[in-house]
Amino acid sequence: MTDPVRAASDDRTLVRIRGLTTVLNGKTVFDALDLDIPRGKVTAIMGPSGTGKTTLLKHITGQMRGDAGEVRVDGHNVPELSRLQLFELRERIGYLFQNSALLTDFDVFENVAFPLRQHTRLPEELIRNIVLTKLQSVGLRGAARLMPSELSGGMARRVALARAIVFDPMLILYDEPFVGLDPIALNQVLKLIRTLNETLGITSVLVAHELEAIKQVADHIYLIANGKVVAQGDPATIAADGSPWTRQFFGGEADGPVPFQYPAGDYATALGFAEQRA
Amino acid sequence: MSARPMRNPLLQALAQIGGCGLFLLTLLAAIPRSFKHFRETVRQLWFVGAMSLVIIMVCGLFVGLVLALQLYYVLQIFGGTAASGMVVALAIYRELGPVVTALLFAGRAGTSITAEIGLMRATDQIAAMEMMAVDPVAYVGTPRFLAGLIAMPLLCCVFCAMGILGGHLVGVTWLGIDNGTFWSNMTAAVNLHTDIVNGILLKSLAFGAAVSLIAVYQGFTTPPTSEGVAYATTRTVVASSIAILALDFVLTAFLM
Repeated sequence: MTDPVRAASDDRTLVRIRGLTTVLNGKTVFDALDLDIPRGKVTAIMGPSGTGKTTLLKHITGQMRGDAGEVRVDGHNVPELSRLQLFELRERIGYLFQNSALLTDFDVFENVAFPLRQHTRLPEELIRNIVLTKLQSVGLRGAARLMPSELSGGMARRVALARAIVFDPMLILYDEPFVGLDPIALNQVLKLIRTLNETLGITSVLVAHELEAIKQVADHIYLIANGKVVAQGDPATIAADGSPWTRQFFGGEADGPVPFQYPAGDYATALGFAEQRA
Repeated sequence: MSARPMRNPLLQALAQIGGCGLFLLTLLAAIPRSFKHFRETVRQLWFVGAMSLVIIMVCGLFVGLVLALQLYYVLQIFGGTAASGMVVALAIYRELGPVVTALLFAGRAGTSITAEIGLMRATDQIAAMEMMAVDPVAYVGTPRFLAGLIAMPLLCCVFCAMGILGGHLVGVTWLGIDNGTFWSNMTAAVNLHTDIVNGILLKSLAFGAAVSLIAVYQGFTTPPTSEGVAYATTRTVVASSIAILALDFVLTAFLM
């Protein structure tokens, strides 16, 4: 029998966001945001700091709920899911945290094995082989017995990546995956993201600022600013886009539609110069 | 949408108590799910129980030493030094054992539970568990709560034993009270139900539940910052101490 909820989703779209509105501490983070993540593709979410890119990932995984709108993942409206249903959905989602979020009580091996031990009853030998395979893919098989405190930031990120992919999930969300990586590790991680996408058909969502890296790996880019999608398309389209948003963001200019300065009063008044002039 | 912070300390305290009560229900509801993490409960039992043994034993011994010394000099006035063993035992079993053990437990294990969970929140480990579809209350909260509940009566027994040993060392070995009199007076006066079951077992179970609940609750609700974790550990000690003494009064009034 066809699942009516599942059937309602478009088979080409894994994540569908419609009219998402989120207000945090009086600030509108998303203003009726519409966004689609195509199934089996690598999608990059870009935008200035503080525009809610990580918040968007939290909406997709149900860690946060918006004030209005719907977020559908594989046909399921995430805000309406019960805790149990949400956990079932999350078993099929890998998430790479900005700060790695490794469990500090466990060594590298046990961190990667953690989801397997919690959700499966696989024999120890199989768990060992899966974990070592994933660690090999991020270049850290030799670090299996190190504790998280003994790892550099880049190594910790690669361990977190191995943990995120240990279940071969249908969707992987990468929050700033390239921060702290040296050029060799960066290149390997880019290859890994691409390989996972091509060999297993895993849908990937990347939140990152590194345009050159994104160009190499992403099929589609969304540029978010002021709570809306201001530009989208494949990397070539985005690079050729002449809108003020893309020009300012990718050109790194302070002046443009995206304010560099956080809203504040008059600068001269704050420094006390306005009174002297008067 | 953000809730307005409450400035009234009374309202804040009431909100904390209410939140703690609701969190207790969450912890209890998670007990069946936490059986899956039995090894984690055993690991926590080691950390909060076995690792607290040294401080409990040393403090128990000194409490017994001081108590026997003080009692000897007071009872000497009335010629009743033979009753030293009995009074030491009753004071330790009924009050000092459960209360001091719980206060030490709050300082040693309660603070470490709060700080550990608080830091796990600050470093996104709790969020990572949620993202890996692992219930953090069942995996982190309930094992620590159960470990505290199991460890407290056991630690209290050790404290009482060391206290009695301290009393014996001072009374019999040092001040010369007859060994047979010391033990026979004690065994004649101590009642299994009112002193051992009510005193050691029930009180320490109640204190263990209170301290563990407060410690886990503070850890889970602390702001994920270094300042937040520091405040939360302080609040664990303060709230636990008040809860222990208040519960002690209530339990004593009902159990005597």
